[in-house]
Amino acid sequence: MTGPAIDTAVPRRKTAKPAPHTQILACGALAREILALVEAGGLTGVELACLPAKLHNQPQFIPERVREAIRAAKARGVERVLVAYADCGTGGQLDKVLDEEGAARIQGPHCYAFFAGQTDFAELMEAEPGSFFLTDYLARHFETLILKGMGIDRHPELQEMMFGNYRRLVYLAQEDSPELRAKAEAAAARLGLVYEHRKTGYGELAGFVAAAQG
Amino acid sequence: MADDEDLDLRSLSDDELVEQMWDDLYDGLADEVVEGTNILLERGWTPYDVLTKALVEGMRIVGVDFRDGILFVPEVLLAANSMKSGMKILRPLLVETGAPKQGKMVIGTVKGDIHDIGKNLVSMMMEGAGFEVIDIGINNPVEKYLEAIEEHQPDILGMSALLTTTMPYMKVVIDTLIEKGMRDDYIVMVGGAPLNEEFAREVGADAYCRDAAVAVETAKTLMQRKHNQ
Repeated sequence: MTGPAIDTAVPRRKTAKPAPHTQILACGALAREILALVEAGGLTGVELACLPAKLHNQPQFIPERVREAIRAAKARGVERVLVAYADCGTGGQLDKVLDEEGAARIQGPHCYAFFAGQTDFAELMEAEPGSFFLTDYLARHFETLILKGMGIDRHPELQEMMFGNYRRLVYLAQEDSPELRAKAEAAAARLGLVYEHRKTGYGELAGFVAAAQG
Repeated sequence: MADDEDLDLRSLSDDELVEQMWDDLYDGLADEVVEGTNILLERGWTPYDVLTKALVEGMRIVGVDFRDGILFVPEVLLAANSMKSGMKILRPLLVETGAPKQGKMVIGTVKGDIHDIGKNLVSMMMEGAGFEVIDIGINNPVEKYLEAIEEHQPDILGMSALLTTTMPYMKVVIDTLIEKGMRDDYIVMVGGAPLNEEFAREVGADAYCRDAAVAVETAKTLMQRKHNQ
């Protein structure tokens, strides 16, 4: 397989392989998109390390996990770590850690915001606070992460408790494949939400990844 | 519990039954919690004791394991559902028999935010602890808070937010209370996943409550302090 390596943010094997100058430390939900951008941009000396996407179920643990991963990367000789996490419900705690560790992150409160663009995202939320968002990743894994992961398949009564206040599902599409569109539309129907599709592409993530070469 | 399908709750002593109810709450077994509630009442327990010693304590244990990352939102919701089923039986009895009144709280999720899982848990636990709770729901602009405060004259105002983008609205509400010279009339408690103590201080709240159990303890402490003033 060609293309950039993906690191799982755990200690690496003891080889003499030199560390890259830059690591993009990302939420696992963004791995596919970042790999595509790194490859498309022909970036060299850049590696991707991911923390599990399921950390979002307990965002209070994100800051310290990120800190550990940054320190591990620097200990290996990585010069710069770019963090592909938004605030992700950490209430500014992630930014504190990044300040302390001398690392920067992509802007925004959620990945939805940097895919849609900060302004468009704010407008979407202003227009309908009851907006539930899917990205390609979430559309692809809706059944596993939402229906099974949140226990709705086993306990249908949870659906109303978790989604009763939502009104619409907005699919922010990166690749815009017909298969994912169909999955997103089915997800909206499953949750009883109005469906809306927006082709965002990689949004602000593209510029963030391109800057890794600098 | 799955391996206790044939367990006859009536065969248990009071202490064993209460512990079993904690387990059943933990496992989200609403029917078993209802059965346990009825058995304790039949044995002469006061509704208040059933509520506090069996249901609230069981839910407190759930809250601790949620905080420690052992339980997740779905399990907590199922447990809360079970507690609700027990409270449905107890609520009218509590009105009849009378229970200690701790105070009154208006609670709501702030403008722009439709998330209410945490708020609902706090409402339920506060009610369980003897507070009268007026829940004004989700997506509340400052005017709604003010209306509710005027109408219900609470001791405590509770605000909840799940989103980093909506939590600053708490300051809008508190600043409005200050402008109107009403701030010191109420205890203001805030909560929500992205909040922390520092944020609560910055917006001028009296307390940040990281979970429903903490909200109850904080409310009791602050009410006591208020009475002592």
